[in-house]
Amino acid sequence: MSDVYEALQKIVGEDYVSNRAEERYFYGRDPGLMPPHEPDYVVMPKTTEEVQEIIKLANREKVPVTPKGGGLALTGLVIPLKGGIVMDMKRMDRILEVNEKARYVVVEAGVTHGALKSYLQKHHPHLRHSIPDSPPIATIVANAVIHGQGRLSQQHGFNSDMVSGLEVVLPTGELCRIGSCSVSSYWFSKGAPLPDLSGLFLGWFGTTGIITKLGMKLYPCKKIRDVMLFLTDKVDLVPEVIRKLAHTEMVEDIVVTAQPIPLRFKGNFYILPFITGDLEEEIEFKKKMAWQALMVYFESRDGGFVSVTPDMKPSLLAMPSKDTTRFADVSKGGGFEYSGPIAPIDKYPAYLEKLEELASKYKLFYSSAARVIDGGHSMMFSFSYTFNRANPDEMKRAKVALDEAAEFALEEDGVIWKPNINEQQMVMERMDPNTLMLMKKVKQLLDPNGIMNPGNWEVK
Amino acid sequence: MPLPELKFDKTKCAECKAISCLVKCQYMDFKDKDKAKKEWQKVINGEDSSVLEACTTCYACEEYCPFGNHPFYLIVERQEEKGILPAPRPIITMWINQCQPVGRFMVGKVEEKALSYCFMPQLNALVGGKLFENIAHSSFFGQEFFCNVVYLHYAKMSVIKDRLPKVIDNITRLGVKEVICLHDECYGSFTSLAPAYGIEVPFKPIHYYEFLYNRLKELEDEIKPLNVKAAYQRNCSARLSPQMDHFVDDIFGLIGVERVKREYDRENALCCAEIIRMAKGPAMADDLQKKNIDDMVKFGAKYCVFNCPACYDSLAEKVAKAGIDPIHMIDLCRLALGEERGQKLPLEGMPALQATMEDR
Repeated sequence: MSDVYEALQKIVGEDYVSNRAEERYFYGRDPGLMPPHEPDYVVMPKTTEEVQEIIKLANREKVPVTPKGGGLALTGLVIPLKGGIVMDMKRMDRILEVNEKARYVVVEAGVTHGALKSYLQKHHPHLRHSIPDSPPIATIVANAVIHGQGRLSQQHGFNSDMVSGLEVVLPTGELCRIGSCSVSSYWFSKGAPLPDLSGLFLGWFGTTGIITKLGMKLYPCKKIRDVMLFLTDKVDLVPEVIRKLAHTEMVEDIVVTAQPIPLRFKGNFYILPFITGDLEEEIEFKKKMAWQALMVYFESRDGGFVSVTPDMKPSLLAMPSKDTTRFADVSKGGGFEYSGPIAPIDKYPAYLEKLEELASKYKLFYSSAARVIDGGHSMMFSFSYTFNRANPDEMKRAKVALDEAAEFALEEDGVIWKPNINEQQMVMERMDPNTLMLMKKVKQLLDPNGIMNPGNWEVK
Repeated sequence: MPLPELKFDKTKCAECKAISCLVKCQYMDFKDKDKAKKEWQKVINGEDSSVLEACTTCYACEEYCPFGNHPFYLIVERQEEKGILPAPRPIITMWINQCQPVGRFMVGKVEEKALSYCFMPQLNALVGGKLFENIAHSSFFGQEFFCNVVYLHYAKMSVIKDRLPKVIDNITRLGVKEVICLHDECYGSFTSLAPAYGIEVPFKPIHYYEFLYNRLKELEDEIKPLNVKAAYQRNCSARLSPQMDHFVDDIFGLIGVERVKREYDRENALCCAEIIRMAKGPAMADDLQKKNIDDMVKFGAKYCVFNCPACYDSLAEKVAKAGIDPIHMIDLCRLALGEERGQKLPLEGMPALQATMEDR
């Protein structure tokens, strides 16, 4: 194996490869609850060519490779289950192109959401991208690979739906372009009008190749952004409230939160429609439409809009939201994880009931933030539990609760988002056999030696 | 322990010819005194009345009643008895929950005279400078000291009756003899609500207007008259202590501010309307706010002076967009002493609108 280390040194330089214990410790885990497993090497390439060389080496030597962005998925997707190489993409941090008129950006694999937000604000203030509510060090590529959602997902779907092209190093080392960029110098489409090959890589957690560049659609950054706050205490009304708000087509983002503390949250569901516009009149009109859509609940006194005071707005409008980080330390000790099934919005009441039941059963503090996706076609519902990292018993209870939540989500017709390896098996057990066979063929075709993030999406 | 009961004297209403509680109401149409008398009698008798549904909970009838017979408190009692929800139920729940004492209060180096921040974090930005130099350290804040008056808006007198005696006890146990109420509602709760329910208040409540006036008198040599016109935004709880309104004129007189004689001031004041927005919907609230702000503009006010931080939150941005500088009374006094204001302007980051304000 020392040959591999030396070969990696030759590719990236001695400063960017390590097999030291401290680095293997760090890269052997993520902030979630999955058990750690250390890699043999950590490598940080700077260029696509270096990525190709590393992959060719790994394929030749049959050494596993696990690509890593921010490492924030929490479900162990970047834990090198079979050792080998962790490829940290953070040095590939260039924003390569912003096309103002076609409204897309091309980034390298290590560019973070925070960096892109900052760059756009400075250089292209009338454009924005869909920022997820993860910490700003989350990378754009990894977020797309796990089908993340962001602040524009209500209007435009999963962040992966907003991808406009890919550059991928295949598991056998070839470099491949996907989408319009495969025949044109523009990165305006990941598929249409060509056969859409992006599906060979998005959602696969790096098991079919390493994305080195990604095109992402940008959207108008309106001058004014505001938020409304609708409360109801009837869980059964939540799906219809969401449907009615989405129906207005006036709302950029819809988030539903439920948690028992602080006490102001207790007993209510907080539904937050976010509104944007270039004119005050536009904002007022959109707010009026939202009010009108929900007037029936106001009249029945089952729900109503609360005035959002100036002190509330900075926190509610922050992108990304800092509430997740605050929530992570409720139990003190800074731990939290969530299972986030993607499901039809009418499943909200059943999921909420299960969230509370599991919290009570395992004596955990809970929270849920559901995000509406693509006009209400689905939502991401989070079963979130906090734990103290210095309390192994609490961590164990949180893990069991999340496992049960995932099982329940599947039983209730949801699909687990960014599933850990155990959840992937649960999903595949329920999957149509021919679909499963197709996945297996795709994987075998692209990664004949099974070196890419082994253990994930592994069809038995 | 039984909850305290409202001291309401129905014989006073029987003798009343004016029925000012309803006739003067700005939100209900009771110009016909006979009709008003009949409707009010229904409220007294505990019968169904349109008043209970239509009330915007502006508190003004507490001021209008010449007998101090607490018509508004009776309305709130009746609303609760009948299960009427002046606002959507979840909003009421939120308010009840968020102000519940949870043992996370803050107490400074409290002396016999102390400042009450109630449960209004906005007040923290205001307290500073020479006005408070000898007392800022002696203060307390938190749900444990929250006056609970807000529940008048939500037909939850039972919550007030349950919590207010405990709040008074909490303050008393601090050893405080005089409480300067930085929140107008606190003063109303101790000097109007508590007596109306026979709840003893062992300390002396002092309205912060009185405190400001006395401090300004002490600092009179340092005052630089502002020489400006200002519109005054009276708040709902000011109706619980109308005897304090003269301090607005007195303070303005000391610092060179002209209180514009606009339509919607003093007894005819319009509320900030955010409670109305939650309770009655946006159309009525928008209409009221427009009338109110147009009135300020019409009379050439440079400043809109607020008593209540909640009114400031509701109206400041809208007032600023109309070219008027929103300012809390404490900040106005600080300006007159040559100090910086403590509260941020609502339009920071909106330079075009700030320029509009500065032009006036």
